[in-house]
Parts: sequence; structure tokens; C-alpha cells
Amino acid sequence: MSEMYTITIDGKAVEAKPGQTIMEAADAAGIYIPRLCYHEDLVPGGHCRVCTVKVNGKPTNACTFPASDGLIIENDTAELNEARRRIIEMLFVEGNHFCPFCEKSGNCELQALAYRFGMTAPPYPYLFRDPPVDASHGDVFIDRNRCVLCGRCVRSSRDLDKKVVFGFEGRGIDTRITIDAEHRLAETDLSAEDEAAAKCPTGSIVIKRVGYAVPYGRRKFDKEPIGTDIEKRAEA
Amino acid sequence: MSKDVASSIQKIAAEYGGDRFRLLDIVRDAQDAVGHLSEDVIKEIADALSVHRVEVRDMVSFYHFLAREPVGSTVIRLCDATVEKLHGMKEVAEAFEAAVGIPFGRTTADGAISLEYAPCIGMSDQPPSALINGTVLTGLTPADVPKLVAAVKAGKYDSCRGAYSSQPGARVENNIRQTGAVIFAPLEAGAAIRAAINRSPEDVIDEINKSRLRGRGGAGFPTAMKWSFCRKAKGEKHYLVCNADEGEPGTFKDRVILTEKPDLLFEGMTVAGYALGAELGLLYLRAEYQYLYGYLQDVLARRRRLGLLGKNICGKEGFDFEIRIQLGAGAYVCGEESSLIESLEGKRGAPRDRPPFPVTDGYMHQPTSVNNVETLCCAARIMEKGAEWFAKIGTKDSTGTKLFSVSGDCKRPGTYELEYGITIDELLELVGSDRTQAVQVGGPSGTCVAPKDFGRRLCFEELATGGSIMIFNRDRDLLEVVRDFTEFFVRESCGWCAPCRVGTTLLLKMLDKVMEGRGTQADLEEIRKLADTVKMTSRCGLGQTAGNPILTTMQNTPHIYQDRIQEEEYIPVLQFDKAVAAAEAVTGRESALKGEL
Repeated sequence: MSEMYTITIDGKAVEAKPGQTIMEAADAAGIYIPRLCYHEDLVPGGHCRVCTVKVNGKPTNACTFPASDGLIIENDTAELNEARRRIIEMLFVEGNHFCPFCEKSGNCELQALAYRFGMTAPPYPYLFRDPPVDASHGDVFIDRNRCVLCGRCVRSSRDLDKKVVFGFEGRGIDTRITIDAEHRLAETDLSAEDEAAAKCPTGSIVIKRVGYAVPYGRRKFDKEPIGTDIEKRAEA
Repeated sequence: MSKDVASSIQKIAAEYGGDRFRLLDIVRDAQDAVGHLSEDVIKEIADALSVHRVEVRDMVSFYHFLAREPVGSTVIRLCDATVEKLHGMKEVAEAFEAAVGIPFGRTTADGAISLEYAPCIGMSDQPPSALINGTVLTGLTPADVPKLVAAVKAGKYDSCRGAYSSQPGARVENNIRQTGAVIFAPLEAGAAIRAAINRSPEDVIDEINKSRLRGRGGAGFPTAMKWSFCRKAKGEKHYLVCNADEGEPGTFKDRVILTEKPDLLFEGMTVAGYALGAELGLLYLRAEYQYLYGYLQDVLARRRRLGLLGKNICGKEGFDFEIRIQLGAGAYVCGEESSLIESLEGKRGAPRDRPPFPVTDGYMHQPTSVNNVETLCCAARIMEKGAEWFAKIGTKDSTGTKLFSVSGDCKRPGTYELEYGITIDELLELVGSDRTQAVQVGGPSGTCVAPKDFGRRLCFEELATGGSIMIFNRDRDLLEVVRDFTEFFVRESCGWCAPCRVGTTLLLKMLDKVMEGRGTQADLEEIRKLADTVKMTSRCGLGQTAGNPILTTMQNTPHIYQDRIQEEEYIPVLQFDKAVAAAEAVTGRESALKGEL
């Protein structure tokens, strides 16, 4: 059996297996590193940068950085949490996130992060973009106004569903999610059972007719802040 | 879609062996053949390569030079880089609009001509400049424009590869103002290669190590260390990549090397190939320099004939090395090495997270050394003249000479080969600049230096630069320059990561509020914090430096902000009267709150 590494996160010694990323080692140890585009079933994408930590003093993202012996990592610091809050605020003004009547409210990871970081109102001007909504599919719709370009749908469809229904289109602020069809989602072989339809962290890809089956107030992040499940591992 | 189009695309795909990783070549050729990359064409390419259409659309939609909508058979791209704007570009733009009869961003109704703006095309020492299809025109005046447009209409710019020099107005000056011993000295063909192959590859790397050569792209990573990591990394193959995607506004020194010293460069690439154990070197040439493609191919062909490239180079049994030129398609971010590799693999030019670094996991996931054009030239010279000779030039931590691309407000813009360690004051004297307000060192991603710091030296120890030096005199509105640089990053952000994609856009919006005279001290504070966040959290060098125009001027020339802000504690972003103006016009009555908010 191969040796174990020891890394330090906010002063606490944490064991890491060779091949693990900082994120994986922290998760296993019950230390929550905030994240949005990362999902444990998917290869990391490095899009959101919410998991930015400092490794030996240098900022980098925890989701792709390999753990190695002796790394000194800062995670839960005022500076990093402020930067994370700013990223969340940027995403709020980039899109149109109408939490009070969104199907995803309470289960939305973007909203939950905003609460965790104490976002009140974003200090930035709204961009008021108007990307297209596609409700052509019988069971799933995509509202790009609520998309944070985390790429989970792209990775899920490609790697888990083996379908390649989604991709990126354009560049810069005009980047958006596009589909493997000429016009509409209905032309793709996306199914409501696909991981790609389930992994969206916000209300961008939504499965139809189940939006309010669980009422507001009884949803995942209504009960406990995002990251609590990971933090409980440390107590266990 | 016509059968002709379909068969022409199938033929193009077949020419590249149906290889998905040659998608950049395939879509470029397809566009040349059929005009633009419509959804039908994208589908046909995807089918020919057995990939999903969304993968082709993903890639095609990324690059400036790839068109998904119909464009004119001639595309006129006028460079709107900052220095060009300050030196007559706007008047030339008006002349083009008048002569063609359409505004920029449009195509004529008959589909003949499109007018577009292009970020820096590497001609800032001879502005205003434009690309007509692939042909470069420089030193334009409004009076030139009617003749050029007539030539366009007569079909004079239809082909762009190869015979560029015969086209009307085609002109690129080298403007070499000062030569030095490393880059612009003569080299006997094969001298560096022969010096290298007389030693072991490890000894070659050791010699480079002794020279203390550092990367010329601006970051200054020790070249020998990069080569050594790459050579030692396990892989089926090793690759050398030469980064000739100089897109940093105000940089044009690689263009001059490619024109004047291509043999020195190819010699350096061959030396690197030997040192790395690579059999293939890829020269990634920015699309704006397409006019050099045919010329460089001719140089490569000559070198093959001379036994300086190909099998058993210089008679060394088993030393095989080839060079392939990959043309880009218009994307500044592809100058970032991992984006460049993605682009080489026929994908959108989005950067990769590191580690792993390209030296272990690069092109086709094999060990790859990505080196700047000028760095490879230095390596060739070091082989010829020795590390000891080289290390005596320059400063302790910055050995050798550096090419500086000087543009802006000075008497002698152009390329200067100078020893590292020259101060800005000395450089300004040399290039003939007075009444200097500020010097932008290293392009928009670099540092804005104010007169109080003109005693600082240009070298890795003090002010590092990939070569771009832009000079602004006291008549210039420096905040306008900052805005322009910030807008450049908005246009060039790849969109992959949130802080760069959204942050750059917001910085521009917030800066505009200050420029409109509606900013406050609190706004400046928010702008600074946002710029810091974008810098700290972005995925690659583009985002990590996108805040520099703002941050370095806030530090070095704070008055340009203080002069523009208001005393009030708070001024809202929303301008109520402006926001309701359209509604007022529709309803035909004034808002009850007009003038009150």
C-alpha cells in the first residue's frame, strides 16, 4: 500500500492519499471547501473558482490541485471568503436569479452559497442579458438566465450519460450552454432520467412538473447551510 | 446544402486524415472553401470526423476569425488597438465607412465586403493598420481608403496565402532601430545545430542552464529547467511548441524575428528538439500573421534541402526533427501556453488548470515544452557562442538581450535589441520621447509606470516585459487608455471561469460610471476590490492580469481617478430619467418623478 501524505488545512493536519486533490482530501476529513461547479461524481472543471484556497501562500483552486506531502493550505479565512462572496455576487448580476419564485429555491447551490457567505445585495450593476430559454423538450427545460456556466451538464452528459447533449458556445461574457442539435432541446436525445438533467446546481436545467413537489421551507438548504453534510463527517 | 459543399468538406477532412485533433486546420480550410461555417457545414464537419456537432460548434464559436454567419468575400479588419486609436485610426475608420457605405460590424448587402475591428494585429509601430483578408496594410491615411476599396471591389485581395506582397498597399516595415549581438547578428546555417549535436542532449540543457536564459514571453521561467523537466518526463513522445501567438497589444517583436531571422528561430527549435528528444516541433502562428505562412514554409523547405530538418539532421544518425506550422484563428488567450495547446488540439482555446504542467502533460497529453520565439533564438545563439559569452550580457538575473517593441508617442517607434537592465529614462532618450506622461511596460497585462519611476530598469528583477513598451505623452487621457485596455480583456476573456468572464465586464461598466463623471470614492474602492478578486481567483494569466491596467494606475497615477470623481458619498448606478426615457416616448407623457430621483 502506498504511503499517505499529510497536508495542513487552516492549521489542522489532514491525511491525503496520493492521487487525491486537495478538495477530496478535505472532504474526507470533514473540512468544507466551498464549491459550486465541482461535483464528486464528475471530473473537476475549474470554472467557478469558489474553491480558491491558498497553497503555500499562492491562490489556486482546490478541485484540481493534487495533494502532496507538506502542503500548507489556507481555506476558511476572511480574505478567501470575501473573494468567494464576490464571485457569487458576480454570478448573481450576470444572470437573472429570481429566488423567491424559482423552482430550485432551497435546493439551489448558488443561493445556498450566497446565504453562507452573507451576501445581501450584490454591489455590482446587473448585466440584464437576455439569453434564450428552451422549453421545447417534453420533460426538461433550460433557462440560460439562471445558468452559471459551471459545465456540470456538459461533463455529466459526456462522461456519465455518454451522450454529449451539451457544450459551450461563444466566448467571454457571451459564452453560453449550447446543445447537440440545430435548434432545440427537443431534437436531442436528452432524457429526464439523465445525470445531465439532475446535476444542475441552479434553476437553469429543470425537470418539468416536479418543481414545487416539496414546498419551500422543507428543502435541502432550508434545513442546514450548504457544506454542513461535509462538516458533519468530522464529528462522525 | 449542395452536394458540392458536402464533398468539398469531406475532402478537406480526409486531407487531415479525419483527425479530430486537426479541427482548427479543417475549419479554416472549410471556411476558405465555402465562405462561412453555417450550421450545415458544422454538421457536415462533425459527421466527417465522427464527433458531435456541438463539439464543432463549441470550437468554431470561440475564434474571432471563424465566421458562423455569412461574411463578405473580402473582410476588412481595421486594428483598433489603443496606440492605433491614438494615431489616426478613427479617421481611417470613418473613411472606410464612407467608402464602403456601411458601419463597422456589418456586411454590404451584395455580400462583397465586411468591415470589422480587430484587436492589436502587431503593427503598433506603423499605425493605423488593417488586414484585408490576410494582407497587412500599415501607415494608412483616410486618403488611401477610396483606392483600397476600389481594389477590393476589383478582387485584388481574394487570395491571401503566399503572394501577399503583390497586393495593393501591402506593406509591413520591420523598423529595426537597434541591433544587438544575440538576435540580429548573422548566423551561419547549421552552426547552432552542429554545436548542439556534438554534445549529449543533457549537455545542451546544461549549457542553456549555465547561460541563465529565461523565457522571453514575460514570465521569465528558466528555459533549461523547463527543458529538463520535459526531457525527464515519461511519455510516448515529446513535443516542442513555439509560441508565435504574440497577441499582447503593442508587441510585434516576434513578427520581426519571423521576417528577418526565421533561420535563427528554426535553428533554435531544432536545438530544442534535440535537447528534449522531440521529433516534432509545432510553430503556433497567430492568424494575424498568416501573410508570413507561405514565406516560412519556403524557409522550412530550404532547410530540409540543406539537411537541417528532417531525417538524420546534419548527418547525425537518428536525429530526426520536423516542424509544422499551425495557424491560429484569432484569440489572444491562446498566447497562454495551456490554451495554446488546447487550440493546437483543435479545441476552443480555454486554459487548463495546473498542475499538471505542459512539461509533463501537454500536447496530446505528452511532455511538451512551450517556448517563446525569442527564447528559442537565444538558445540557438547560446549553442553557437557559448553560455559564458551570453551570461556576460545583461544583468545578474536577466542575462542576454531583449527585443523591445516600442510604440506610441515617440519619434522612432520600432524594434530595439537592448541589453537587459536599461532604464526607462534611457530607453525614452533612445526612442526620442519627451513630455512623457506614462509608459506601459508589458502591454495591458503589465504595468503602467509614471515618471517618478522612470529610473527603474527593464529586467526580471524590476520591470519584466514580454517586449511591449507603449508611450503616452501628456496630451493623452490616461483613464481612456485604462478603459481601452480593460475593454480588451472583456473582448478576449475566454469565458471559462466566472471571475474573469463576469469580473472583466463589471470592471468596464464600473469604470464607465467614473468616466461619465458619476463615480465616487466608494466606487473606486469597489473597483479596486473587484480587480483584486479577479486577479486572485482567475484561472489563467489573462484573468490574473486583467485588473492590472486599473490596479497599477490606481497605485502609480491616482490623480487620473481623483480628478474624475464626485464629492457625494453615493451616486446610484441607475439613472432614472434615462431609464424611463423610452417609456416616456412610447406613452407620450412625462414621468411623474422626472428630475426628482
